[in-house]
Amino acid sequence: MKNVKVLGTGCANCKNTVKLLEEVAKAKGVDIQLEKLEDLQDIMRYGVMSTPGVVIDGKVVHAGGVPGRNKIESWFL
Amino acid sequence: MTQLITTLAPAPRLRIWLGGLLVAVGAWLGAYLHLEDFADTMLAATGLDRGSRFSDAAHFFLYDTPKVLLLLTAIVFLVGVIQTFFSPERTRALLSGKRVGVGNVLAATLGIVTPFCSCSAVPLFIGFLSAGVPLGVTFSFLISAPMVNEVALVLLFGMFGWKVAALYLFMGLAVAMVSGFVIGKLKMERYLEDWVRAIQAGETQSVDGNAMSWVERFETGLGHVREIVGKVWPYVLAGIALGAGIHGYVPEDFMASIMGKDAPWWSVPIAVMIGVPMYTNAAGIIPVVEALIGKGAALGTVLAFMMSVIALSAPEMIILRKVLKPTLIATFAGVVATGILIVGYVFNAVL
Repeated sequence: MKNVKVLGTGCANCKNTVKLLEEVAKAKGVDIQLEKLEDLQDIMRYGVMSTPGVVIDGKVVHAGGVPGRNKIESWFL
Repeated sequence: MTQLITTLAPAPRLRIWLGGLLVAVGAWLGAYLHLEDFADTMLAATGLDRGSRFSDAAHFFLYDTPKVLLLLTAIVFLVGVIQTFFSPERTRALLSGKRVGVGNVLAATLGIVTPFCSCSAVPLFIGFLSAGVPLGVTFSFLISAPMVNEVALVLLFGMFGWKVAALYLFMGLAVAMVSGFVIGKLKMERYLEDWVRAIQAGETQSVDGNAMSWVERFETGLGHVREIVGKVWPYVLAGIALGAGIHGYVPEDFMASIMGKDAPWWSVPIAVMIGVPMYTNAAGIIPVVEALIGKGAALGTVLAFMMSVIALSAPEMIILRKVLKPTLIATFAGVVATGILIVGYVFNAVL
């Protein structure tokens, strides 16, 4: 079970990121717990400067823009 | 096909990219050099008489649309690739500890090439401050990033020529530099929200930014084209169609009395005041700019209007309210609006 957090203030790119993460996890049969952090203070705690950011098991793996499908697949190996 | 390409080793993929780019550049040049022929041929195919008002308008549309779209695609791709060298983290590292003055110039310039989305404005703002980038320098970046961008420059270049585009570039940078410098001099740090000041200097986790291969950079460039051109092409078409209509039909001095060169002095402030609460991106405002100029409005007045729409907006103020106290927001809006006003007057006086 992976804990996945998407950091973003709610723009279109953040929503696309959440959707894509769910899609890839489902396709790969990986069990994830997806959370969305929209509060600025929470986002800043991760030191992310460009949203959307992605945090997996407490580690920032991506920041700025919707991550590519290949990149997401590599997180879910 | 994409599946095949992604499973290949990096070296052949780079070769495919370079080959593809070579073909694309050739095709691009071929197309760009034959814009006039294309418009003529298309117009001839419709069987319209040359010289009628409608065929004039149609020719304008058939010539300008492919021209602007070609320019946009090329520049957006190039900027997309350049941006892979300037992640926000990198820009911040370049700016932290820079002195006021030099820092403002650098920040405004980096604003052009650092990828920026208005929804990231606040995290970026805090990230910069917490790493020791001075407040005024941070503002220079924040003003320049949305205002001086490749879409605005390409559209201005395509529709009004390189002189207007270059003037916009330098004036936009000047507004960002000077406004940031003034805000820095005013020592407004105490008007940051308390929780922002409490955030300790940056334990920012670095994200794999710098170790990108050229294949990834090209792919990012292509993604940038898909995202930007995919989003702005309807605005571009609408703008050129509007311009074509005006080109053929509306009398040239329609706007001259209220927004023209000889209009009263208050036409520039009014244009800025109308522009500030409006919000749209560069692509959305260019059709309006084209229409106004086509009807005889003065360039300085219109560019001041355009800058105020892009650089200052109500939604952005509301987001910034989470980190800035009202006094600082008002100062920010006031200083930038003043800068834009000056630009408007200078343009009108020079051109």
